[in-house]
Amino acid sequence: MDFLIAAIITIVGISTPILLAGLGELVVEKSGVLNLGVEGMMLVGAIAGFAATVLTGNPWLGVIGAAVAGALAASLFGFLVLTLNSNQVATGLALTIFGTGLSSLIGLSFVGRIVPQFGSVFPPELARDPILKVIFGYSPVVYFALVMVFVVGWFLKSTRAGLILRAVGENDLSAHSIGYSVIGVRYAAVAFGGAMAGIGGAYFSMVITPMWAERMTAGRGWIALALVVFAGWRSGRLLVGAIFFGVLMWMELNAKAGGLAFLSFAQYIPSQFWAAMPYLMTVVVLTLISMRDRVGLNAPACLGKPFVPAT
Amino acid sequence: MRIKLEKRREPSKLMQVVTPIASVLLTMLVGVVVFDLLGIDGQRAVIDIFVTPLIASYKWQDVAVKAAPLIIIALGLSIGNRANVWNIGAEGQYIIGALCAAGVGLAAGAAGGPIIIVTMILAGIVGGSAWASVPAALKTRFGVNEILSSLMLTYVALQVLSYLVGGPWKDPNGRNFPATAPLQPDQTLPILFSGTTVHLGVAIAVVLPFLFWLLMSRSVFGYQVRVVGSAPNAARHGGFDGNQTVWLAMLIGGGMAGLAGALEFAGALKAINLGFPSGYGFTAIIVSFLGRLHPIGCLIAGIVLAVTYVGGQVAQTTVHIPNATAGIFQAMMLFFILASDIFVRYRVRFMPSAKAAVQPAAGE
Amino acid sequence: MANLNRRNFIAAAGAAAAAVPLVGGAAFAQEKIKIGFIFLGPIGDYGWTWAHNKGREAVDAALGDKVETIYVENVAEDASAIPLIRDLAQQGCKLIFTTSYGYMDQTIAVAAEFPDVKFEHCTGFKRADNVATYNSKFHEGRAVLGTISGKMSKSGTLGYLGSYKVPEVVLGVNSFLLAAQKQNPDAKLKLVFIDSWFDPPKEAAATETLINLGCDIVTTHTDSPAALQILEQKGLYGFGQGADMSSFAPNAHLTAIEDIWGPYYIERVQAIIDGTWASADTWDGMKEGTVVISPYNKAVPADVVALADGVQAGYKDGTYDIFTGPIYDQDGNLKVEEGKVMTMAELAVIDWFVKGVESAA
Repeated sequence: MDFLIAAIITIVGISTPILLAGLGELVVEKSGVLNLGVEGMMLVGAIAGFAATVLTGNPWLGVIGAAVAGALAASLFGFLVLTLNSNQVATGLALTIFGTGLSSLIGLSFVGRIVPQFGSVFPPELARDPILKVIFGYSPVVYFALVMVFVVGWFLKSTRAGLILRAVGENDLSAHSIGYSVIGVRYAAVAFGGAMAGIGGAYFSMVITPMWAERMTAGRGWIALALVVFAGWRSGRLLVGAIFFGVLMWMELNAKAGGLAFLSFAQYIPSQFWAAMPYLMTVVVLTLISMRDRVGLNAPACLGKPFVPAT
Repeated sequence: MRIKLEKRREPSKLMQVVTPIASVLLTMLVGVVVFDLLGIDGQRAVIDIFVTPLIASYKWQDVAVKAAPLIIIALGLSIGNRANVWNIGAEGQYIIGALCAAGVGLAAGAAGGPIIIVTMILAGIVGGSAWASVPAALKTRFGVNEILSSLMLTYVALQVLSYLVGGPWKDPNGRNFPATAPLQPDQTLPILFSGTTVHLGVAIAVVLPFLFWLLMSRSVFGYQVRVVGSAPNAARHGGFDGNQTVWLAMLIGGGMAGLAGALEFAGALKAINLGFPSGYGFTAIIVSFLGRLHPIGCLIAGIVLAVTYVGGQVAQTTVHIPNATAGIFQAMMLFFILASDIFVRYRVRFMPSAKAAVQPAAGE
Repeated sequence: MANLNRRNFIAAAGAAAAAVPLVGGAAFAQEKIKIGFIFLGPIGDYGWTWAHNKGREAVDAALGDKVETIYVENVAEDASAIPLIRDLAQQGCKLIFTTSYGYMDQTIAVAAEFPDVKFEHCTGFKRADNVATYNSKFHEGRAVLGTISGKMSKSGTLGYLGSYKVPEVVLGVNSFLLAAQKQNPDAKLKLVFIDSWFDPPKEAAATETLINLGCDIVTTHTDSPAALQILEQKGLYGFGQGADMSSFAPNAHLTAIEDIWGPYYIERVQAIIDGTWASADTWDGMKEGTVVISPYNKAVPADVVALADGVQAGYKDGTYDIFTGPIYDQDGNLKVEEGKVMTMAELAVIDWFVKGVESAA
């Protein structure tokens, strides 16, 4: 039982940041935009959240700072691809390079600093209870991520704004002709995606390992991108996928430490296989989706294509 | 006063040349200001990053060696980008190409010489193409988005590399460090100028752009790529097969990336360790755009990017800025060039009156 | 500056290369001897590179009136290091420290181009007339940590967060567990390699996994304080790596192995000044002050402190060596006979784990 609880807590820790960034990117992609700059925005969020917490002493302000910084970085991307119609792939990659460099530069003066931690959202007795901590023992950011799974799902499925956002992603020209502001909707989606990626990045620098270190997200932004595709552009499945990716890493680490008997087979599998699994599975899922998607399912039809209104 | 955008019938040739140059200059200017604001000697930083590698002749060989893989990969990617086929997995194809070349080198054992070297290079091309053929097949058969599939496969390639250099291909004399054994001296690419590190790959990177220029401007294939890219519907009516273009674009892109990997391995690094993937495959996408998808443009842009790499290292010892700062400049340069693309496709007019513009701008 | 044109193919074509305003403050330091450093990570990594940079600062403090130090950080361990090492030589450095194993062949290659410049390569095994090698007996420090852990672990299951299975890490693992077993013969060790020197999220997850498998003390051979922060959250114990990391985990941090490169660097730089520098292979440890144990946490009981100090004293006066037989490997084979002590040459290439190490590797 204790083992299971501790395992769940570890997996939640691995899954939360990619879930946060994935939720943001899901909304962005649903609006028809592909932002490959997730890793860069996460790093910007990580340093901004850390720096804001160091400077204000308040982790809540840190999270807000991370969200704002992520959204700003995303808006730079938005200005280029939406207003100036630049290529989304190249601009997204440039954003990642930019974010990596910028965070390193800003981070120079924050190496070795420590930050105040979040208090528990629930009464400490619950958060520290050996069994109940599996439910109550997390950072507030974890609960925020879980709430956002439902908020994003509800928003996309049941609200008028969500409907418009999906319409823009499915067929920008007809959405435009009905009178919706394609560019406006996409700006909002891109900024939201940046804010979520920023918070995801801050989860590293403020919660898991409260410190700043260059490139500390270590490629999780790309996993988040894979996750969105793996989930078939659905928020519920995004949660399942994030947990699944977390379980994969947990299994790898356990297998290496000779942890569980039923995992003993796994020690004969090279660890690189585990690390490659999320990406391989994503390609498989992507293929399955595409095979069915001839009839039009979840992949936004306008993904990655610039919006050029007829004149 | 109001800005009005008119779509040009033909992309402006003049702007295609002027905007990249303006972008580089603007990047330098903004760099001075930004660095000064950050408390770093901005003028010194920008001079060290952009100018020192060009005027310090002992830095030229470093620039040449760095530019070679960028140019070669960007050439291949430009073909795809022109045809609206987005291979962003060049980094993975580069890695697999190098691994295939390394496999040939290992299999050859003590044997060396021109035949082995040529086989290694060919293996690199084949390996890169093979890795790129997966997204091509998925795209043409099932309509799988090649941006996503080629990106995912890059991360799979990284793990293949990690597995091979940490496992079966680990140097038996390397004290367990994850790296392959260094190539035999007669398995490495010849050096062009004795006493330098300028290897055969640099010559290939200089010659290839002109071959690609011929290919694109004189062959039916080049015409097909342009038509498919600019007007897919017209191309279909004209009898050009979209799937065929996807295949060719991916195979050429992957093959060039694989070639670059093989040359980098056999010419510059001579062994593969976990640090082998240094992001050339991604940076080459920037080079391709900076070069306006033109072969000669790629040649020049590759050199510009290599200068910023080398200059970024110079700036480390002089103004003590982190290595990643060179990345800021590369990104900024790309931001500017992508932004300035609008001048190529649109005519910008400043209108005196406040009346609504007739043509809707791309933005709101 | 004298070496500017040494390997300069362009200069042969007549370019006025010498007129180039060279990088570095050469003009201000005509009198001072330049010393260069090549660093693997950022100097603020609080681990490996941070410690080497402290050594560089020690040189500045001790010999700053005679020498000037310059460094390049974040240098990849591949051929791209060559132009950077060469750059330091061309800037006029008389002595260049390349501070990671992965610069071995690059250092040898550049050294061949600059016979008048001296090089010092850290943790490698290839030397030349102008290339010395140096290393530190980190495993002596691991024996102290193992002694503390053997006494303080309640479960008898220790955790070890490894990077790669290279000799330095294997020595650390073996030394740590052998010392622990002297205090608690049943002590076992769970070992996880994360295939990276630096990946804070994975280091954190791996630490949690080790804790979940029953480890109540986890020691790290990776470069960030991530593991300590997890241990702090769980109320368990660990150790700093490379530097005193107690600020990140005031309760969990029992002590740390500090890498002190300063004395060696000062000695070698002084040799350059005196003109007595010679190529050598140096493997210093506690005796020479290269490996230092940080102040103990107040949570370490007095009797354990005494034991740990005893190990330190033993290393300093040469009466203690953890690699004294009998030593058995993981499968129970006798590897070192009773009373035999492993030689430096054997330690340098070790690739097997001692009995009690549980890992998939």
